[in-house]
Amino acid sequence: MAKRYWNEKIECMEFSEMKKLQSERLVKQVKHVWDNVPYYRKKMEEKGITPDDIKGIEDLHKLPFLSKADLRDTYPYGMLAEPLSECVRIHSTSGTTGKRVVAFYTQNDIDMWDDCVARAITAAGGTKEDVCQVAYGFGLFTGGAGLNGGSHKVGCLTLPMSSGNTERQIQFMQDLGATIICCTPSYAAYIGETLHEMGLTPDDIKLKAGIFGAEPWTEEMRREIEKSLGIKAYDIYGLTETSGPGVAFECEEQTGMHINEDNFIAEIIDPDTGEPLPEGSKGELVFTSITKEAFPLLRYRTRDICVLSRKKCSCGRTLIKMTKPMGRSDDMLIIKGVNVFPSQIETVLIKDFKATPNYQIVVDRVGSSDTFEIKIELSDDMFSDTIKDVFTLEKKLSADIVQILGIKAKISLVEPKSIPRSEGKAVRVIDKRKLV
Amino acid sequence: MTVKQLSVFVENRPGRLCAVTEALADAGINIRAVSIADTTDFGIMRIIVNDTDKAVTALKERGFIASAANVIAVSADDKPGSMAAIMKTLYNENISVEYMYAAFLNPEKGIACLILRVDNNESAVEALEKSGCKLLSESDIAAV
Repeated sequence: MAKRYWNEKIECMEFSEMKKLQSERLVKQVKHVWDNVPYYRKKMEEKGITPDDIKGIEDLHKLPFLSKADLRDTYPYGMLAEPLSECVRIHSTSGTTGKRVVAFYTQNDIDMWDDCVARAITAAGGTKEDVCQVAYGFGLFTGGAGLNGGSHKVGCLTLPMSSGNTERQIQFMQDLGATIICCTPSYAAYIGETLHEMGLTPDDIKLKAGIFGAEPWTEEMRREIEKSLGIKAYDIYGLTETSGPGVAFECEEQTGMHINEDNFIAEIIDPDTGEPLPEGSKGELVFTSITKEAFPLLRYRTRDICVLSRKKCSCGRTLIKMTKPMGRSDDMLIIKGVNVFPSQIETVLIKDFKATPNYQIVVDRVGSSDTFEIKIELSDDMFSDTIKDVFTLEKKLSADIVQILGIKAKISLVEPKSIPRSEGKAVRVIDKRKLV
Repeated sequence: MTVKQLSVFVENRPGRLCAVTEALADAGINIRAVSIADTTDFGIMRIIVNDTDKAVTALKERGFIASAANVIAVSADDKPGSMAAIMKTLYNENISVEYMYAAFLNPEKGIACLILRVDNNESAVEALEKSGCKLLSESDIAAV
């Protein structure tokens, strides 16, 4: 019989006991941050509080928030709470210098992260008997490294495939009998399509489960992926700022993700007022890392909108559950698993044109993959009578976008005033995907 | 001697060519030659008109991206080998043709006209004139 929990004591802990554990860890963490992160200490001082004011999680609301802007202001070392000699790894979000987040990890931080992912893999039915194919991108992106680490911890035979080269992915699945696949949901759907195009069926592979995250996906997509690959599909959530995937994970009930709250205290706040909202309210998700050493963010605003619930779960876990993010409280888009801010695109336009032409981002989903188009209104100085010159311009834009975002966009040059404006302001983003 | 050519950016969607030509028509512009270079998403319409500056203004007023460039209008006898001779002249001088198209053929006089966009107008004009080609001027075009 497969192990049901990776860490039963924690995952099925009574709430009163969990609260005690969280409180102890929070008190210790606030002290650690106060002593080592002058930036946050100053924020606390401005609010007139000291570590003595934080006696348990009931005092959590007294602590100041952190946002992406704080991480930008303190880039790269301003949030570091351990000497660099104690750090063993860096991960980073994609993006311009303005939006990039660089997170540091001590060995303990990596172990904690691996442990969180191990819980997710176990919840998806994974054991040391499994062959786990990691088809998330490897590199600074946390997806590949996160699932790879968790898979090692569980003891799965791990295939660190990274993403892409889909036929080879399927070949490996067949030849080496992968039983678990980890990647973005859109890539999973694409693998499913490719499998069928190759004339194969789920019977030709041994996959039984998939762990998918890093981008929004719908219940319909889940059913399609499950059918096309013959698996049960599990959601996983995380962000570089807190560690990476594994902050929360789904169990067999598939009704939300259990948050590893022994490491991350979750709160829901009103995004406008910052006031904490009661359980069951829809609002912005805020995380406090209570065990991280190198990059311990307190009350970090994720900008993801969701709902938390302590309703009893049939899997036996008592860890609080979060719904899939239902939207954002800022203008960030997730395209092909990559975080995209319209301002990043503006940076490229300003660099290439010395001005911001009118532009519009159009995102759609065709089949299982996101399409990403940037329409740019042409201006006199961008125009030339030869196709060659216009293409050169398109290519340069395209290359600069890839460099900044890490993903390709279709650049469409359009006539002036052809981008619709509402109340005089151009509509910057059109997201045709219906993901919520 | 060069002539001005109008270039207009046209998106590939229904009604755009109609809008461009209508703008020219409303401004009383006469079209002498036209060509379109097309890609999957857009085209560049190149037009020789009787009054380029007026045409640019008219198009800009309607929100088009339009510009004027200097091109060469060379007349050739309407018989085999005339175009080859012109190309050879340019090739010998190491001049590249970016694009070209034919304009207002005149069957009565047995004369054809070629619009050339080259990488070096000055040397092209010099080479073509030296080889005996007749180049057309702005006033020639306005008068055709």
